[in-house]
Amino acid sequence: MAQALLKATDIQKSFAGVQALKNVSLEIMPGEIHCLAGENGCGKSTLIKIISGVYQRDGGTLEFDGKTMDKFTPIDAITNGIQVIYQDFSVFPNLTVMENLAFNTELAAKRRIVSKKRMRQIAEEAVAKINFQVDLDALVGTLSVAEKQMVAISRALMFNAKLIIMDEPTTALTKKEVQALFDIILKLKEQGIAILFVSHKLDEVFEISERFTIFRSGELVVTGSTKDLDDKKFTFYMTGREFNDKTFVAENLTEQPILETRNLTLDGHFQDISLKLYGGEILGITGLLDSGRTELALSLFGIRPATGGAILRNGQEISIKTPQDAMKQKIGLVPEDRLSEGLFLPQSIADNIIIAEIEQLKTPMGIFDRKKRQEEVDHWVKEMALATPDANNASSTLSGGNQQRIVLAKWLACHPEVLILSGPTVGVDIGSKHDIHAILQQLARKTGMGIIIISDDLPEVLENCSRVLILKDGRIVHEAPTQEIDEKTIVSYMM
Amino acid sequence: MTEVKKHYRSNPHLYRLLAITVLWMLFMAVTRFDKFYTFKNFQTIAAQFPEFGLMSLGVMLCMMTGGIDLSCVGVANLTSILCALLMTKLAGESGVLSPATFPIIVVVVLVIGALCGAFSGLLVAKVRIPPILATLGVNELLTGICMVLTGGAALSAFPKEMTTMLAANIGGVLPVRLLVFVAMAVLVWFMLCKTTYGTKLLLLGTSEKVARYSGMKTERMLIRTYMTSGICSALGGLMMLSTYASARADYGSQYTLQTILIVVLGGVSPNGGKGKISGVILAIVLLKLLESGINRFQNISSYYISLIWGGVLILAMVMDYVTGDKRSRA
Repeated sequence: MAQALLKATDIQKSFAGVQALKNVSLEIMPGEIHCLAGENGCGKSTLIKIISGVYQRDGGTLEFDGKTMDKFTPIDAITNGIQVIYQDFSVFPNLTVMENLAFNTELAAKRRIVSKKRMRQIAEEAVAKINFQVDLDALVGTLSVAEKQMVAISRALMFNAKLIIMDEPTTALTKKEVQALFDIILKLKEQGIAILFVSHKLDEVFEISERFTIFRSGELVVTGSTKDLDDKKFTFYMTGREFNDKTFVAENLTEQPILETRNLTLDGHFQDISLKLYGGEILGITGLLDSGRTELALSLFGIRPATGGAILRNGQEISIKTPQDAMKQKIGLVPEDRLSEGLFLPQSIADNIIIAEIEQLKTPMGIFDRKKRQEEVDHWVKEMALATPDANNASSTLSGGNQQRIVLAKWLACHPEVLILSGPTVGVDIGSKHDIHAILQQLARKTGMGIIIISDDLPEVLENCSRVLILKDGRIVHEAPTQEIDEKTIVSYMM
Repeated sequence: MTEVKKHYRSNPHLYRLLAITVLWMLFMAVTRFDKFYTFKNFQTIAAQFPEFGLMSLGVMLCMMTGGIDLSCVGVANLTSILCALLMTKLAGESGVLSPATFPIIVVVVLVIGALCGAFSGLLVAKVRIPPILATLGVNELLTGICMVLTGGAALSAFPKEMTTMLAANIGGVLPVRLLVFVAMAVLVWFMLCKTTYGTKLLLLGTSEKVARYSGMKTERMLIRTYMTSGICSALGGLMMLSTYASARADYGSQYTLQTILIVVLGGVSPNGGKGKISGVILAIVLLKLLESGINRFQNISSYYISLIWGGVLILAMVMDYVTGDKRSRA
């Protein structure tokens, strides 16, 4: 066996008495693609920060490229060839691609006078390494997420990197962009660069990595070859729980559709959408990012009112021009972006839960009924099993999965009859994902609620929906019961 | 004991302001006890702070939404000038203002405030001009109207019956102006703490987008808030008219910045979404106590007042930082 590039043995680290890492070990071979997985708070970020010199370890040994690394800084890590690409990429949005790429080299060389010519040369060399086609004079802030990531990767490669750590690199990427990223990762591997790929997405782990390591609550659960891993095992290692997921079968459908659209159109986004949603069913809507799926949800909820066509509720034509109109019709929306649309992050969990139903929490005199508010908060914290000691804590203190459950609770508290969810489990850990799916299935079965899931997570759609609509360029291109269609067919309609 | 502790934990900023106030009161007791601790002095303080205190209440509400109201002085001056003109008109040839007309004047004051506030609110909520620019523009506009109305001169020839009444002390003890302030403060407290408005206001200030996605009528909330602020400022203008017994286009121009200083000192986040009325009221009183205290030292020029106010504001911020009050900076 060849000499390991990175050998971390029995690493320990604690913060304020809480052990974040308990004797974990990790070995990465040169040119290997290794996947590190685990739920939020399992210690994977802590380990990355130890490897990259941000934190000092409390115990254990660390060897990189044959050298023992003791008490080193992030700069030492970089000069030794360890590069980290964080989720936010750490790029300067107000500078051009060229300036972003040349910045570190210029700083390292302690130059005080800027030469555009020299900077351009440095930048051209950097993007050439991964065949990245980009306008070097474009402002980074105007680039797409995927392009920003490419800038960050190009920059990382400028320092003779031997190991590149990517922290959840696919979170904000579309399917196509993920594929492009994987191509680049394979190219880097050919050049002998090892990649530590941090992700909790199962399909990505299978597709890209050769070996994997899974952490849970600061401990190493398993490490091995990806070949020996399957869906069930992966989930079990991640959560320590076994799930018996059932494919959703709609029962007790209403005879009449509770929500129907006829030739619904939003200029520039979607046209002639005619769909029917029955009470008790879960309808899946899928499509690429620009297929109009997001805007369709926004139109049904009145954020971006449709410009043409009709919406019918229980057979009656209705007008939805504002979110208040939608709420009067008992329609709720769990929006796509939890952080900027769904949650008041710095505000309390309690206020986030009750905000949509707040007008119902008044006494007949119009006074805010604090007792009723507290009852609602207690009820939903328990119902959604929110992991918090105190509902007055800020929502930002919770994990993505718990946060999404707050948004869900906010709408369920309004007793909707139609619930639209846009990307309900994006950025949610795998355990919470299963829980959220179970909640939705139960709602449809038990309460007769009509649910629309808008998602590009195809396994999610196939497992939880009874019917699926596929959107492409703003039109419905196909509709099928989920039992009669598979992922491949859906993708062929999407593209 | 645990109740007190809990209260401290949820209001650390308030207790720090209280500590500064107590320290200042002790300092005054040691250095100028007989000049500062007189009934007359406290009565003057109570009669003087309501004018900028009222404006501060309005600025506080706007800042909780993540906005600001720079138009309070303009609204106040317009109100006091229009009131002076109205009083002259209502008194007619006799030159004596009958008490029966007082309610009319109060209603006019409230309407002027509400209209000015609604105008700012429309600019902010519908035209989507950043609040700092919208209210600055409204302030200049209103000051301009005042200039045109008065030609820049002070209006002092108007019947003084109502202003004298407002400047009086009930039973020789309680200033009427203090009562007006307390009434408005109680009303604002009621809105913030006893109705759903307070919760909605702070959430709106955290994120207007999330508020919209949660079904809140964000535009109406904003307009309503700026209207309330306008009403507070208009009442402040009426108080100013009674203090100076005259009206001018450029009275109280220092209040624009002073109200912001008070509101931030009171623990309201300039980014919106955070703040308590108790802190702001304490800050209003503290600022007046500082000013009044400094005036007891003959050899310290009143030019030092801004220096000390600035110092206190920075001190309060640094204390928040040092004690690691993460919630106040979140």
